This record gives sequence, C-alpha cells and structure tokens, in this order.
Amino acid sequence: MTATPRVAARAAPPRAGAPLIELSGIEKWFGDYHALRGIDLTIRQGEFFSLLGPSGCGKTTLLRTIAGFEAVSKGRMLIDGKDMAGVPANERPTNMVFQSYAIFPHLTVAENVGFGLRREASSREEKARRVDDALAMVGLGGYGGRAAHALSGGQRQRVALARALILRPKVLLLDEPLSALDKKMRETMQIELIRLQRTVGITFILVTHDQEEALVMSDRIAVMFEGSIGQMDDPETLYRRPKSRKVAEFIGKMNFIPAEVTLAGGRIEVDVQGLGRGLVEPDQAPAGAVAGRTVVGIRPETLGILFPGETTDRRLAPGVVDEVVYYGDMTYYDVRVDGIEAPLTISNKNFIGEPVLDVGTRTQVIWDERSLVVLPA
Amino acid sequence: MKGWPFRVYAVLLLAFLYGPILLLPIFAFNDGAIIAFPLSGFSTRWFEALWETDALWQAARNSLLIAAFTAVLATLLGVFAARSGSMAGFRGKGLMLGFVMLPLVLPEIVIAVALLVVIRQALGLDLANWTVVLAHTVITVPFSIAILNGAFASLDPSLEEAAMDLGESRWGAFRLVTLPLVAPGIVSSLLISFIISLDDFVIAQFLTGANPTLPVYIYGLTRFVDALPLIMAMGTILVTLSITLLVIAEWFRRRGLARAGVASTGGFL
Repeated sequence: MTATPRVAARAAPPRAGAPLIELSGIEKWFGDYHALRGIDLTIRQGEFFSLLGPSGCGKTTLLRTIAGFEAVSKGRMLIDGKDMAGVPANERPTNMVFQSYAIFPHLTVAENVGFGLRREASSREEKARRVDDALAMVGLGGYGGRAAHALSGGQRQRVALARALILRPKVLLLDEPLSALDKKMRETMQIELIRLQRTVGITFILVTHDQEEALVMSDRIAVMFEGSIGQMDDPETLYRRPKSRKVAEFIGKMNFIPAEVTLAGGRIEVDVQGLGRGLVEPDQAPAGAVAGRTVVGIRPETLGILFPGETTDRRLAPGVVDEVVYYGDMTYYDVRVDGIEAPLTISNKNFIGEPVLDVGTRTQVIWDERSLVVLPA
Repeated sequence: MKGWPFRVYAVLLLAFLYGPILLLPIFAFNDGAIIAFPLSGFSTRWFEALWETDALWQAARNSLLIAAFTAVLATLLGVFAARSGSMAGFRGKGLMLGFVMLPLVLPEIVIAVALLVVIRQALGLDLANWTVVLAHTVITVPFSIAILNGAFASLDPSLEEAAMDLGESRWGAFRLVTLPLVAPGIVSSLLISFIISLDDFVIAQFLTGANPTLPVYIYGLTRFVDALPLIMAMGTILVTLSITLLVIAEWFRRRGLARAGVASTGGFL
C-alpha cells in the first residue's frame, strides 16, 4: 500500500453551500433485517460526499433510499427542502450512475444519453445539441452513433455519467462507479470525476468500499458500519483523528498499542506500552477522555527507523526487525519493540543509499507523541 | 484413424433418429399407392389429392386456429411468470416455479384424462376448440417459461431502475427497456408453443370437439390403407413446417441473447 495520493484539484477549499439533503432518524428494515439504524445526515449544495464502509454496512441501501428505489421504514428525508416521503424515483431531483452502469444495450450511445430528455418538450435539434454537449463533457464527442454494447468499461462509465448529468439533477448518486475498472483506469476516472464535479457544481454522493478512493475524492466522508454512521468528517480528520478503533482499522493501516491515560490539570498524559510517556493535545483524544487503561493508535508512516550511523534527538524505542516487505518506493518493516506484544508496522520511504534492513536486525524505532491518537477503551 | 468408433456411432444415431422421417418425402413423391420398395416414379399426385380434400382443410384450419390462440395465451402467462421469477423474490418462489414446470414431464395422457374429467364431469361443459386451447396452454406454458426465463434472467435488473431514474414510470420503463430486450424471447416462445400445439395428438384426441385437429384427422386416415400415401405427403408438409418454425424460433432466441450482450447457454437447437 502506498500513501494516499493528493490530487491538485482538491486544493480548492470545500464550498459551504446551503443544506441540500437532510436525513433525520432514517430507519430501514428488510423483513427482520435492520439495514439502516437511525441515520442523521446533512449534505450541502455542491459537496462531494462519500458513503464509505465494508459490504453489507447499508451504504448502498442508503443511496437507494435517496434515489427513491427503496422506501424508508421510518425517518424524514428532505431534498432541497421538500419532503421525499412517497415521491417515486422518477419525480426526484436525483440521478444515478449504477454499479453495472445499466447502459441500455439496444440503444445507441446518443439514445442512451438522451433517454431522460424523452419527456421534455424541447425540439429535436435542441435535444440533439444537449446530447452532444453531454457527450463532449465526458470526453466522448463523436461517439453518439455507436452501439452501446460495443463500448469498453471506461466508455460505458462515461456514457452513464453523461446520461445522468444531462437532466441537470440537484444530486448525482454514484454507486461504486469505479469498482469495475482496472487500477489505472480507476485512478484516471477518480481525477476526472473530481474535475467534472467542480465544473458542473452538482452535489455528488459516492458509495464506495475503497477507503483510498473516498479519501482522494471527497469533501466529506461518512464511514458506515452495520447500518449506522461510525464517523463523519473531512478526509484529513478522518485519517488523522479517527474517533474509534473500528474507523481507525477501516481507514488505512494503524498500529494499536495498549496505553494508560492520566489527566493532570487539563493535560492528557499517556503512558504507551514499550514507547514511554507523552503529552497529547485534546484533539488527539476522544471528547471527555477519562483516566485509565485504553489503546492508542499510530500510523505506520509516522513511525521511523533509525538506520546505522544516524543520530536523532527524537524519541526512540529499541526493537528487532521481524518482517520486511519491499515495495520499491517504500519498505514496510514489522518491528518487535521491547515491551509490546504485537510488532509495530513502520513504512519507510526508501532514500538513496539507505540500506534495507534484514530480518533479525536490532534497531531503534523513531516515534512522536504528536502522531498518537487516543482511542476509547 | 483415431476416434472412428465415435463417427460410426454418430452416423448410426443420426440414421436411427432421422431415417424414418426421411421415408416420408420419399413415399410422398412416389407414384405408387403401396408403401414399399422399389419406387415406381416421381409424382405429386398425393399432394394434389390432399389439396382437394375438404375435411383436411377444415382440420388444418382448426389446428392453426388452436395453435395461434395457444401460442398467445401460453406466452402471455410465460411473460408474467418469467418476469416475477427473475425480478421479484417471494416466499415459496422455488416451489412455485417447480410446479409450473411440472407439466413438462407429466405424461400427456394423464393431463388429457384429468382435463377431460374436469371439463365433462365436473363442469359439465361440451368439448370444443377452446378446450383444446386450454389443454395445450397447460402443456406449452413450461416451454414458454423456460425460454422467457432465459430472456429475463440475462437482463440487468438495474436497467428498469435506470429508466425510472431518468423519469419514466414503471410501465414506461418496462415498455421502453425490458420489452425490446425480451422481444426475441417472446417471438421464440410464440413459435415454440405454436409448433407444440400443432403437433400434439394425445390431448387433441381426448379433448377435441366436433371438428378434429390435423393430427387427429391424420390418425383417422390410418385406418384406410389406400390413404397411406396421403399421410406421407401430409407428414412431409408438417415436418418441413415444424423444422422451419423451430429454426426461426432459435434464431430469435439467439438474437435476443446477443442483443443483451450475453453468451448462449443452451436452447432447443
């Protein structure tokens, strides 16, 4: 695993528009199965919002209730201030890109893209122009006459996007839209989707199980487990300050170490097993942290290896290399630190001239209390 | 040469299957009134004799009418069953589909007798063409469902949802997306049901009213030795018709699968 790529397009600050989708107390039952358990959520106009979670966590169900394919069992859903209770999918200001893309195989590309315009009163020329514009927007200009079933995966995805966006919906719903593409194509489409969203200014709601994809693309992410939202934050907060062990485990890689918390005059001190004592800021601990035994998390890339001949004034913990995984740009070390039962995973960027350590080498792990996150016990 | 026993086997099997049928056109175009070799010369007189038999025309008209009604009815029921089977999940669905397919393996004579008892004894109705249509629908519905299941199962369930998402009503989505995609399956089902109804003898023999169907009429002719060449001629026509319809039906079925972008998973041809 490499570090999360940062996309230049994300440098723009998240726009704080008016609330567009407001969910309160949404419950969904399928027979005896409780699929959604009290979802409260507000998504703002123009936001790129992701629902992230393992399969079966309810993220697709939530998306389908917003689209109108599933009725909610309980709770209130407002889109653009209007109550969506009893409003069918074809009357909602939402459009969807399906996981399978659901391209109509018996129609041409242009007929697929123009499908939603059938019910509009505009002239044939006007409709043709809009179809051309939509195709040009997704980089498929001139493909209108092609048969839909002859397209590649990436092209289908673009047709599905153009078909959904041509109606200028208030919200575009994307159900795992990149999961069927190969890795290279997926990375290209991630960046294209972000650009497209900036261009059209439409609210995007993305469902994905791929944490990297969610981190790259979203303004905000809701992490879901078993029908509820575990944490909802911007990507950086979610990655750096997970509020629970579950979220920390799901997003990226995290070392968990037993620790003892003591509160002394408004300051939080942790005694981390094997590493030592340190002070942490209030935002590194859960709200209302209490003294006692708990667990701290620390990311592999915030730990370091002290190579032979190097010196540092940072904090060190002695240990033995237990496992080495070489990735080319990075090397992952599992180091058994004295006094900690489970080995710590450390990711190390490979600098020129830096050796790759062998298993069994005695070494020093560099750590920093600023990268600790205290988790609820 | 390797594999020659298989070639011999294949040739023997084909001869066993199609040999008797090949005799039909041979004697249908033979000039003699006796069904025996040597042949006595080429003639179309048996076909001419058929052409001039009024009772035959009546029977043929009956058969075609019954087959047409059966095909439409069976296919309509097949569409409902296949659609609910492929798209909706409900309690006892497997059991239900199993029972629907059962007539496929039930002896036709059992169905014929059972229906006869129901219509004559239980309901006290007279036998007529419509009783044959009902009975033929019972035996053709499983075929229709088997064909249409294939057509519906190869459809992505998201397609109709996508159409609704783009503004169509439930019916509009079905009409604009599902129907065109399963149309080849529907044509295939119509043709297969039509052939099965046209070819059926057992059920028609039991349930036919005053006017016999073609197979029943042919069976009646077999009592007369001098009518045998006529039967040969008629058999030739029926076999040609059946094979033609079957080929057309299969062509439509494959075209449907190709349109939905999936590979063929077996069929009737």
